Amino acid sequence: MKPLPIALVLLLAVAGCGGGNDASNPEAATARGPISLWYSNNAQEVAWGKQVVQAWNAAHPDEVVTAQEIPAGQTSEAVISASITAGNAPCLIYNTSPAAVPNFQAQGGLVPLDDFADGASYVAARSGAAAAQYTSPDGKFYQLPWKSNPVMLFYNKKAFAKAGISTTAPPLGTYTEFLATAEKLVSGGAAKYAIFPSPSSQFFQSWFDFYPMYAAQSGGQQLVVDGKATFDSDPGRAVAGLWQQLYAKNLAGKEAYTGDAFADGTAAMASAGPWAIAAYQDKVDWGVTSVPTQSGSAEDQATFSDAKNVALYTACANRGTAWDFLKFSTSAEQDGKLLEMTGQMPLRQDLAGAYPAYFAKNPRYAVFAAKAAHVVEVPNVKGSVEVWQTFRDAWSTSVIFGKQDPATALTDAANKINDLVE
Amino acid sequence: MRRQPIGMLFSAPYAVFVAAVFAYPLGLAVWISFHEYIFTAPGVSVPRPFVGLDNYSAVLTDPAVRRSFVNIGIFLIINVPLTVALSLLLATALNSAVRGRTFFRTSFYLPYVAASVAVVGVWLFLFGSGGLVNQVLGSAAPDPSWLINENWAMPSIALFVTWKQLGFFILLYLAALQNVPKELYESAAVDGANRWRSFRAVTVPGVRPATTLVTLLAIITGANLFTEPYLLTNGGGPSGRSASPVLLMYQRGIEQGHPDVAAAIGVLLVAGVLIVAGAQQLLERRQR
Repeated sequence: MKPLPIALVLLLAVAGCGGGNDASNPEAATARGPISLWYSNNAQEVAWGKQVVQAWNAAHPDEVVTAQEIPAGQTSEAVISASITAGNAPCLIYNTSPAAVPNFQAQGGLVPLDDFADGASYVAARSGAAAAQYTSPDGKFYQLPWKSNPVMLFYNKKAFAKAGISTTAPPLGTYTEFLATAEKLVSGGAAKYAIFPSPSSQFFQSWFDFYPMYAAQSGGQQLVVDGKATFDSDPGRAVAGLWQQLYAKNLAGKEAYTGDAFADGTAAMASAGPWAIAAYQDKVDWGVTSVPTQSGSAEDQATFSDAKNVALYTACANRGTAWDFLKFSTSAEQDGKLLEMTGQMPLRQDLAGAYPAYFAKNPRYAVFAAKAAHVVEVPNVKGSVEVWQTFRDAWSTSVIFGKQDPATALTDAANKINDLVE
Repeated sequence: MRRQPIGMLFSAPYAVFVAAVFAYPLGLAVWISFHEYIFTAPGVSVPRPFVGLDNYSAVLTDPAVRRSFVNIGIFLIINVPLTVALSLLLATALNSAVRGRTFFRTSFYLPYVAASVAVVGVWLFLFGSGGLVNQVLGSAAPDPSWLINENWAMPSIALFVTWKQLGFFILLYLAALQNVPKELYESAAVDGANRWRSFRAVTVPGVRPATTLVTLLAIITGANLFTEPYLLTNGGGPSGRSASPVLLMYQRGIEQGHPDVAAAIGVLLVAGVLIVAGAQQLLERRQR
């Protein structure tokens, strides 16, 4: 057991120990000099991070960038929040979750990119219309949309073949087809479960079961629009109904699982982004398709972005250098390297057109690039994490464990969320 | 007795440590619980008005928080007596000259030093729906299985924690058993006491101070329950039936940015632990 209360009070104690942070420091905005940054700890992103820092440092000996992986913690967001409070956050973090941005912003931890003369225009030019999803309620960009991992449906061809299901055009387009396929997979002994997204009650788990299907079913709606929850609706109830059946028929796992259920064959399907291509290589002979909708998948249907962005933190003294480095690291050249080294999709408009050679050589990634143009982000609203936790609790009680009617649970959750974001 | 200034000097570092790491943060947490408070970057000025008992009212009217205190009550009712009884019995057994004593002592201590994350995997394997326990029980196995069963999730966690912590408490009892005079056992034997009678009349009273310590520590560590519901039951599931107050403190305070509400839960938890521990002390004094 971890002494969390002690950790909590220690966090409080360090609150007064940091250096000077000032969101609107005009001198810092143009100041140049050494900066630090954190990136994610997966091997591919570490490799990309190291080369981009090396390339920058070779050309800018007076503005040296020091980089490291995000320090270990319960979650990256908890670590970043603590570092904001302590005043020791780095200048840039290349793993900022859009869902955490409203909290970081409320803490006074983020610098609006609009502070830089070309801030908003750079974001808009790079990401196009998709950038609008990343503006905060005050109309400013507190994050640079960096990369997405459009969530699609992976399926295990070996398991499908064992169950006598087509591996080239599996019937997974409609909810009826999806359920029938799931039943066939489990009853035929092809896999213990048809699909096994984490049933955990962590706030972000709904991004991998409910949200991709809701984005598809609702025609690209966010969870909250104009201060109102949108999921207490036909599309929301349809998605909840599908998953309720999957759990009730034991086609989806309800228990904690320590491994990767798709990789080890426990589940025949998984919802994941292009990061999974490298992860499942040599482990699973997989195919990929869009998540189902009630009436059938369409080419241009939406899905959840699972994006990670870059934010500039107020503890940064040399923000001029940080902004220049941010532009350097999200240039067309570096985005190309990110794509090559990680397989994740830079949030850049016309991605397929920008890197035709890469997608011609890597057709498995091309399908995700096409999907990247139709991604839906988490809503940028006050109390975003609390909103998602409220939704997850309702989902868990009703859909996973069947203790409440899903429609009633969605209505109750929508009412609570409407109060939260009011 | 003359006061020794040098003693003050020697104890000062620890006193400073306790003041800085425990007393000050605890005081600050109490202060936060009476204010509207968010963590901010240094230099960022936000209003932090006094809100009286608003945070406590929010916490006490929140069904999830109330449920978490009930959960921890269930946990303590199972875990504390089981810990005391099993650790004393096993320590007594290990204290006698049995073959392979060192092996057993190490075996009992191993789960305590192993990381929870690692041993949780073993328990998931044992208590999962297709796990070993259910296979042995057959049709008598609960449905839904232990860790996703509303009635069994918390008792399962209590059992897990008892098993995991047992090695440490056995060590405490083993140390205490060294202080029980051998003559008492000899005279009990002369009086015709059998092993059970001797255990009850000599061992149990002889290790009473250790029992007090074990009980207190079990209550305190039990009240701090976090990792097990986080990992074993999917973050306090099913439907919050194994959520602990500390898990909710983490969610509310760290994840959701409401340290004021989290502090109120923490203060209530500290108060609850003090009350339970006080009642236990009172009960023990009366028994003496």
